[in-house]
Amino acid sequence: MIAFIQWLQSTPLSLSVRRISWLIPMMQTLHILANGLVLAAIIMIDLRVWRRAGAEPLADRVRRLLPWLWSALGVLTVTGLVLVLGTPRRTLLDPTFQVKMLIMVVAIVATVVLATMLRRVVPEPASARRMTGLLASVAGAATLLLWLGATIAGRGRWIANVIG
Amino acid sequence: MPSITDALHWVEQTPAGAFVSHSTWGFSALLSVHILAVAIVFGMIAMVDLRLIGICGRQSAVTALCREALPWTWSAFALSALTGMLLFTAQPVKYWGNDAFRMKFAILALAGLNMLVFQLITYRGVARWDRDTAVPWAGRLAGAISLASWIAIVAYGRWTAYLMI
Repeated sequence: MIAFIQWLQSTPLSLSVRRISWLIPMMQTLHILANGLVLAAIIMIDLRVWRRAGAEPLADRVRRLLPWLWSALGVLTVTGLVLVLGTPRRTLLDPTFQVKMLIMVVAIVATVVLATMLRRVVPEPASARRMTGLLASVAGAATLLLWLGATIAGRGRWIANVIG
Repeated sequence: MPSITDALHWVEQTPAGAFVSHSTWGFSALLSVHILAVAIVFGMIAMVDLRLIGICGRQSAVTALCREALPWTWSAFALSALTGMLLFTAQPVKYWGNDAFRMKFAILALAGLNMLVFQLITYRGVARWDRDTAVPWAGRLAGAISLASWIAIVAYGRWTAYLMI
């Protein structure tokens, strides 16, 4: 891992990321903003899944918010990669970062499962909907919890002080 | 008469200040929760702002959206304020003199004022543009100001850390 980090640090791309002083704070800002959009999109979808009566039908909300969710996830990935390039030692050597990556992968899988589930729930008759509805409620809650966990574990802030 | 500097030094010596600045994990843990809370505030506010500006969801009622989003937004805001105050106690004098920190709060005040004007004036006529019609310019402007303010608040919040060293 150390050798990989040293190689990564010596790449021209990593060097330029670190040379531009405002790039890292800007990427962090975009990362936080995109993270907020992912969380909010899931909260808004969950609110519909949990309490089904409401102004906007679940199907409409899912169709409207999923593109935002995936785009925000794209921004999150790109800015995250730039941040790893800029600070490989701080991220890759940090156990919290590995925990975060793990939670994140599970969270993405959960999001895909939830999205597939919701797309299938909507056109079904009411009798079948109740069972899937309960499942979807649990899946919605689990997805939100996983994303909250991934955010909290964020880039090893927990032990940043110890490693420095 | 006690000055602001005296007050800041006093804050530093409170048990909260002592804990946050001396504990190895206290500051990091609070910062993680603070950033999570601010991210949720931004995301939820953005949902409403984007609807006001007219970028998404014209079919859904503005009132219903606000009713749904508000409890989450305010809870997250309360959490961010609480964690923010505790983070502040770690180095009150330095934060007070930090230009990015000052900008962050100036913009937060602007966002608050914008929200107040929107709630007290523009939102009163919401029945006329609740759904399927265009939001009046005052509402769209409020949405745009709010969105820009919150992006700036996050940016200056992050920038604050770089001016602390």
